[in-house]
Amino acid sequence: MEKRVTFKGIWLPLLLVLPQLVVTAVFFFYPAGQAVYQSLFIPDPFGLSMKWVGLGNFEYLLGNSYYRASFVTTAVFSTLVTVVSMGVALYLAVLADRLIKGSGVYRTLLIWPYAVAPAVAGVLWLFMFNTRVGVVTWYLGVLGYDWNHVLNGEEAMGLVVVASAWGRISYNFLFFLAALQAIPRSVVEAAAIDGARFWTRFRTIVWPLLSPTTFFLLVVNIVYAFFETFGVIHTITGGGPQQSTTILVYKVFSDGFVAQDLGSSAAQSVILLVIVGALTIVQFKFIERRVHY
Amino acid sequence: MATVSLKGITKSFGKTEVIHGIDLDIADGELIVIVGPSGCGKSTLLRMVAGLETVTGGEVQIGGTRVNELEPMDRDIAMVFQNYALYPHMSVFDNMAYGLKIAGTPKAEIAERVGEAATLLQLEPYLKRRPRELSGGQRQRVAMGRAIVRKPSVFLFDEPLSNLDAKLRVQMRLEIKQLQRRLGVTSLYVTHDQVEAMTLADRMIVMNAGRADQIGAPLEVYTNPQTEFVASFIGSPPMNFLPAKMAGDAPRGAATLGIRPEHVKIAQSGVQGTVLYTEALGAETLVHIDLPDATRVTVRQDAAAPPPREGETVSLEWDAGDRIFFDAQGSRC
Repeated sequence: MEKRVTFKGIWLPLLLVLPQLVVTAVFFFYPAGQAVYQSLFIPDPFGLSMKWVGLGNFEYLLGNSYYRASFVTTAVFSTLVTVVSMGVALYLAVLADRLIKGSGVYRTLLIWPYAVAPAVAGVLWLFMFNTRVGVVTWYLGVLGYDWNHVLNGEEAMGLVVVASAWGRISYNFLFFLAALQAIPRSVVEAAAIDGARFWTRFRTIVWPLLSPTTFFLLVVNIVYAFFETFGVIHTITGGGPQQSTTILVYKVFSDGFVAQDLGSSAAQSVILLVIVGALTIVQFKFIERRVHY
Repeated sequence: MATVSLKGITKSFGKTEVIHGIDLDIADGELIVIVGPSGCGKSTLLRMVAGLETVTGGEVQIGGTRVNELEPMDRDIAMVFQNYALYPHMSVFDNMAYGLKIAGTPKAEIAERVGEAATLLQLEPYLKRRPRELSGGQRQRVAMGRAIVRKPSVFLFDEPLSNLDAKLRVQMRLEIKQLQRRLGVTSLYVTHDQVEAMTLADRMIVMNAGRADQIGAPLEVYTNPQTEFVASFIGSPPMNFLPAKMAGDAPRGAATLGIRPEHVKIAQSGVQGTVLYTEALGAETLVHIDLPDATRVTVRQDAAAPPPREGETVSLEWDAGDRIFFDAQGSRC
């Protein structure tokens, strides 16, 4: 049964939701409105004058090969981050689920990386892979591999993917482990008695029963890869080399605050806003009725 | 079809031994009920036969072959779980066909065998439904169907009726019994309900704290309990226990005298007691009586007999042949 409180007047309920409304207005509607407004102008680099261009900024962006390349980069980056972080997390969760002794310690240790801020994580990985003093770089050199993510775009992409996925594994791990433990033991045992060995059981019983969780994590991780990896990219590669790790969010920053093209930057924010909106709708539509069986 | 033998089965979790050596030979087609209170180890014993728990000591044999080291899937058994353990994302048909599909059975044969089981269990209208769209009794039937279609040599039941309401439980109890007779498959059935045990079993094994206190046919266990625990656990209301010294002819070493409620009669002379309260159950009336030494005695009398009033002093008597004596350790003497 749903419990509803009924108010007589309009003022008390209004007062109660006011703080939330103010926060949303000040920190979301106002800046978003400003972005939409600014995306219709080209200001001069010193912010002294603005020239009306209508949808000119958008036209320019869609015709710009660098911007389109950034879309591809973002797609590659977020796919890799999502697949790596969810894949590793699922693997670790399956192992932890089978563990009886010491599972508490194992879980606690695995959750730690989640507490590391993205920028700090970026710096940690940067140190390990530093082209001159990095530990991993040195060992790779011993093995005969010349690591240089400052010059090699693919290596740079690999590094930011690993650094971004690393912190995310803990979060995904927690969800997967909880979902695995929510599967009744007897269902898995029944499958074992029915003749299914580990892989068959995983494929036909466990994986389908995990699907609501998997879908939820998929959306959340894509959103993370799109918008929350700025710190990692900024500390490790700065979007380079040759824009090979410039994802959409990073391009908003570098075009706006480094290249001082505020109009284009605002237009890019608006495009991102639309993407977030679309992802949110997907999230609500599918996750809210997440029972798939 | 197969025989099942348990030879000196023990089970320890860490250093704690929970099952202390069970020996049992089950004939082909026999229905054995393992009954006991919660925590007596009855489910653990069943799970060891299924291969879901490792056997610490002793040997489990199915069809004369040692199966201790075999995986559950290689033991040719089927199990019905207390919570049914149906696959929630599959239809009723797929639930029943799962084991056959894995075994690589041809599609036509799967359809035929599932169809047969569905007819037997009156599940045909529900084959396309998901488990969550079924009632408790129907889910229970699907779980049975899943066990039947694989034609295993042994059925294992782990408290399959305890999630059903009382009326359905009685009905399903009968169906399981008839089904087992019809298919003639050797079965092990775990329950904590002594009525279920009495009605279903060819032979029952009464477990108490990891030991088999008694193994025997239901009526034999009822009339001739080997320990005080068995006497108190089987039968409802339970057997009355009085100090053995109340009987002048008690055997040496006897500490307790046991007498079933239906064997105690309210009479003109004998042991005196005060009627505490009466429970009229329709066909019979239970009279609870306090003896002077605070021992509680229950008398089961026919509803036609006039019940005594509460607070009234009555005399009780019984036939000497109905008495059972136990020593201080609870063993028969």
